[in-house]
Amino acid sequence: MGWVKVFGCARWVVLCYVAVSVSVGCARARNSSRGGGDGRRENTLTVFAAASLRGVFTALKPTFTHAHPGVTVTFNFAGTQTLRAQVEHGAAVDLFASADWRHMRALMAGGKVAEPIVFARNEPVMVVSREAASTVRSLADLATAQRVVLGVPEVPIGAYSLEIFARARSTLGEDFSARVEARVVSRELNVRQVLAKVSLGEAQAGIVYRTDALTARDRVTVVPIAPEVNVVAEYPAAVSRSARSPGLARAWVALLLSPTGRQALTTAGFSLPRAP
Amino acid sequence: MKPTRVTLEHLGLGAVGAVLLGFLALPLIALFVTLSLAEFHAGLTNPLVTPALELSLVTTTATVAIVTLFGTPLAWKLANAQGRTARVIEVFFQLPVVVPPSVAGVALLLAFGRRGLFSGWLYPNETTVSFTTVAVVMAEVFVSAPFYLQPAVSAFRRLDPGVILVARSLGALPSRVFFSIAVPLAAPGLIAGAAMAWARALGEFGATLMFAGNLEGRTQTLPLAIYTALELDLRAAQSLSVVLVAVAFTLLSATRYFLRLFVTKNDIQ
Repeated sequence: MGWVKVFGCARWVVLCYVAVSVSVGCARARNSSRGGGDGRRENTLTVFAAASLRGVFTALKPTFTHAHPGVTVTFNFAGTQTLRAQVEHGAAVDLFASADWRHMRALMAGGKVAEPIVFARNEPVMVVSREAASTVRSLADLATAQRVVLGVPEVPIGAYSLEIFARARSTLGEDFSARVEARVVSRELNVRQVLAKVSLGEAQAGIVYRTDALTARDRVTVVPIAPEVNVVAEYPAAVSRSARSPGLARAWVALLLSPTGRQALTTAGFSLPRAP
Repeated sequence: MKPTRVTLEHLGLGAVGAVLLGFLALPLIALFVTLSLAEFHAGLTNPLVTPALELSLVTTTATVAIVTLFGTPLAWKLANAQGRTARVIEVFFQLPVVVPPSVAGVALLLAFGRRGLFSGWLYPNETTVSFTTVAVVMAEVFVSAPFYLQPAVSAFRRLDPGVILVARSLGALPSRVFFSIAVPLAAPGLIAGAAMAWARALGEFGATLMFAGNLEGRTQTLPLAIYTALELDLRAAQSLSVVLVAVAFTLLSATRYFLRLFVTKNDIQ
């Protein structure tokens, strides 16, 4: 049974090899992060960004790589909740761009990110299907619309919708929230599904972000919500505490705040952050 | 004592099988052991659970009833058909397995939705199935039917053709052959297939969300409730998943037990 011995031996060799290479790798990583200030070149930027930022961020990538030749920019777009879970489980990230403060604060509290800066705002609007465009023309009409679709209260857009109804009570009646609730046929798990239901005509109206509404302008009518009852979502970006390229991460934030960045954001339907 | 070659080969096969078993079992075990009793209790008393569990049981029961009612004659016909058309149909009904469920949901909307292919004919008075419990059942039937049809066709093919021939030659009509001979003889295979279809319907998520929406008590089945909870609290979603796995495990093992009794009884006769 010589092969058993050989196998046992091989196992130890493999284990030792893994142990040595892991410790060497760790030492290297430590050295390189320490070497950030002494001229080590940062050549990759990994950005985790809320799904609604996909269009703007991909559009800004050429500008960024033009200004930083030789740098590779990698994006990971997903729901902010998913991104937060990935960062909490140790994903390698340089910059985290969130669609709300809740997840950003959680990551700051966990010591994962720092220095958050608001770079954009996004406001909820009503989207109305073609068939209902003549009957649903304002927020008040939601209470008489036939089929209303909202986000579940657990996702930001669902929570914002409820907040808007609550704020509209003073002008549209104490029971406005309840009257709209009675018209709700589905609570979708994300904004894109709310938009899909309205653009397919299954629902008459829904509430989504302006940026989402603009992507379906040919299929839905966009009805703005009066600023005195509307809520505005702030988009903060923060540099990861374990970033390998913190300098590039800050450069990306600077690009977002530059005239080019602001132009790209407003074209996509975002509003700009309030002046500090 | 020197192990014989037979023992070694048994051990080898067992070890290879254990790799997959471990891979399948570990995530499920993790689902259970990383949850404290208090968290599980909080999950059970979550207001989402009861309506979702009830709706899941009602819709999956309706789904299995529809799939077996319409699927059994179809499987019998396909099992006996010789032509190329039958083979093509057989491949065709396996396609829903390949289509991603949310795409299946979109396809259902395009066919049966408010602006779907058949909307003018289906809904002359403006009431549609979308956002109703009926839509949940339709989505579940669409994704789960292949899981019944395939085993059912195989079960009918395994029947001894001699038995059928004798029955026909004794003057039994096709419907009599089907109900009194083919179905009872193929029953173990049919029941196993129905259990698979039921399990697939119970776990159905994507097509339901797309076609039926997500409203508590009307279209929010257990998987949709789990996803809704996941947006807020991983632990709540996990405890709901434990409920789902436990319900499925209980019903599937009950089916197995019933099948074993059934098969042993038939063998004795």
